[in-house]
Amino acid sequence: MSQAPIAGRLAYRRSRHIREQIIEWLLLSSALVAVATTVGIVFILVKESLVFFGQVSIIDFLTDSQWTPLFSDPHFGIWVLLSGTLTSSAIALCVAIPVGTTLAIYLSEFASARVRETAKPILELLAGIPTIVFGYFALFFVTPLLKIIYPELPGFNLLSAGLVMGVMIVPYISSISEDAMRAVPMSLREGAYAMGATRLQVALNVVVPAAFSGLAAAYILGISRAVGETMIVAVAAGMQPNLTFNPTDQAATITAYIVQVAKGDLPHGSVGYQTIFAAGLTLFLLTLVFNLMGYFLRKRFREEY
Amino acid sequence: MNDEQKKPDPSTLEKKAAALALNFFYGQKQALKNINLPIYDRKVTALIGPSGCGKSTFLRCFNRMHDLYPGTRYEGQIRLYPDDVNLLDKAVDPIEVRMRLSMVFQKPNPFPKSIFENVAYGLRIRGEKRRSVLMDKVEEALKNAALWNEVKDRLDELATTLSGGQQQRLCIARSLASEPELLLFDEPTSALDPIATASIEELIHQLREKITILIVTHNMQQAARVSDFTAYMYLGDLIEFGWTDDVFFRPKEKQTEDYITGRFG
Ligand SMILES: Nc1ncnc2c1ncn2[C@@H]1O[C@H](COP(=O)(O)OP(=O)(O)O)[C@@H](O)[C@H]1O
Ligand SMILES: [Mg+2]
Repeated sequence: MSQAPIAGRLAYRRSRHIREQIIEWLLLSSALVAVATTVGIVFILVKESLVFFGQVSIIDFLTDSQWTPLFSDPHFGIWVLLSGTLTSSAIALCVAIPVGTTLAIYLSEFASARVRETAKPILELLAGIPTIVFGYFALFFVTPLLKIIYPELPGFNLLSAGLVMGVMIVPYISSISEDAMRAVPMSLREGAYAMGATRLQVALNVVVPAAFSGLAAAYILGISRAVGETMIVAVAAGMQPNLTFNPTDQAATITAYIVQVAKGDLPHGSVGYQTIFAAGLTLFLLTLVFNLMGYFLRKRFREEY
Repeated sequence: MNDEQKKPDPSTLEKKAAALALNFFYGQKQALKNINLPIYDRKVTALIGPSGCGKSTFLRCFNRMHDLYPGTRYEGQIRLYPDDVNLLDKAVDPIEVRMRLSMVFQKPNPFPKSIFENVAYGLRIRGEKRRSVLMDKVEEALKNAALWNEVKDRLDELATTLSGGQQQRLCIARSLASEPELLLFDEPTSALDPIATASIEELIHQLREKITILIVTHNMQQAARVSDFTAYMYLGDLIEFGWTDDVFFRPKEKQTEDYITGRFG
C-alpha cells in the first residue's frame, strides 16, 4: 500500500537528466569555441610559416643580421625585429614591475579602504585607455620631454615607447598582484604581527612571499602584454628595422612590422607577405616560453597557507 | 593534577600580569565586561567557556592584536609585572608589547619560509644578523618545542612541508625563540589530531617551569590536564576563577558546575 508512492518518488526523472545533458553540451561547446580558435590560429601560423621556411632557411632566419624582405637581395634576420621587441619590453618591464608591485603592496597592505576604493577605478580607467593614445602620448609628449635631457634623441626611439608601455602595463600588474596579496589569509599576517613585526615587515617578509605565485602570474601577463603590444611601438619607436639593443635608437618591433606589412599592398603568397607569419610564429613562441615559465614558477611556489 | 597539599593561597603567589576592570568593545558591541583576573608567574592559566564568550577577545587584548582592526576599544588595564605597566596604555608601543608576549594561534600559521627562517623570524626583526647566534637560538627553541629531532636535517625545507602537529610545534618554537615573558595560546590543538594534541599538551607541561602561559581551550579535559588555574567565562563575564581542581571539582558557582558537568544550556 505504501510501496507505490515511494517508488513513484524515487522514479528516474528523464526530463531532468535530459535538461542536464543539454546544459552540459552548451557549456562544452562554448569551451570548444575558445579551444578551436586557438588551435586554428596556431595551425595557420605553422602552415604559413612552413611555406616561408620552404623558401628561406631557418639558419638564415635566426642568424642573419639584416631584415630586408622587400629588397631585390632580401634578408630575413628575425633578430633585427626581435631586438626591438626585447629592448622595448625590457624598458617597459623595468617600469611596470617595480611600480606595479609597489602600488599593489600599498593598496593591499597600507591604504585605507577609502583610498583603495578611489584608486582602483582610476587604475581601471588607465587600463582602459586605447593603446594608440599611449602611442601618441609617447611620441608627442614623452619624447620631447626626454629630448630636454638628451637632445640627440631621435624623434622615434625605443626608450620613450618602452617607458609609456611600462605605464600602460602598471595597472595589469598591480591589480593581479593586489588580488594575490589580499588572498593571503589574515591569520598569516597576524602570526607575523604577533611576533612584533611592523606593517612593512609583514608586507615584505610574509605577504609578498605568500603571494609569490600570483605575483609571478602578474609579471608573466605583463611580459606578454609588452611583447605583444603594437600601437605604442609602431607610433613612437618607428618602423625602421634596426638590429639594436640601444634604447635611444629607433627600431621596429615584430608587431610594428606585422602591422606595416598587413596593411600594405604586398601580394598574398609572396615571400614578403609570408614573412608576417614567420614573425607572428616567433612572437607566439616567445609568449609561450614566458607562459610556460610562469606555469612552472607557479607550480614550484604554489602557496599552501 | 595538583595535590591538595601543594596548593598555597594564590595571594601569596607572584603575579605576571593582571586584568583590572577590563572592558572591550567591537564598535558598539561590548565583548568583555569588567574582567578582573590575575595571571600567576610560571603557572598555566586556562580560559574555558562556551564558544563566543570572549576567550579569544580577552587573550588578544594582552598583545594588543585588536589594534590592527579599526573600531575596537579597550577600557581598564592589563598590568604586566614586574614592570607594573599598563599594556593598554596609549603610550605603550604595541610592537614592543608583542616582542615580549608571544601568541600561538588556533590554526598553525607558519610563514612561507624555511623551517629555520620561521624560528629565526622574531630574532631577525629585532636586527639579529649573526648566523651563529641565530643557529644557537633556533636550535634551542626547536629543542624546547620538542621538534628538533624531527627537523634538524631539514631546516632549509619549507615549513609548509611539515605535518599539522609539527607546524604547530614550529609555531611554538617560533614564539619561544624570542624568549617571551608570557605565552598566549588560543586553542592551539583544535586543528590537530589526538596524538599531535598529546604532544602539545606534554610540551605545555614542560614549558610551565620556565614561562607563564595563558591558554584558551574549548576542551575541558585539556584544561584539567594542563592548567594550574582555570577561569570560566560566559557572555563576556568572568564567572569563576581559581585553582583548576577547585573549579572542576568544587565549583562555587552553579553556572560553572552546569558547564563543567555538561548540563549547560
Ligand atoms: N571582529 C569582531 N567584530 C565584532 N564582534 C566580534 C568580532 N570578533 C568576535 N566578536 C564577538 O565577540 C564575542 C566574543 O568572541 P570570541 O572572543 O571570538 O569568543 P570565543 O573565543 O570565546 O569563542 C562573540 O560574540 C563574537 O561574535
Ligand atoms: Mg576563540
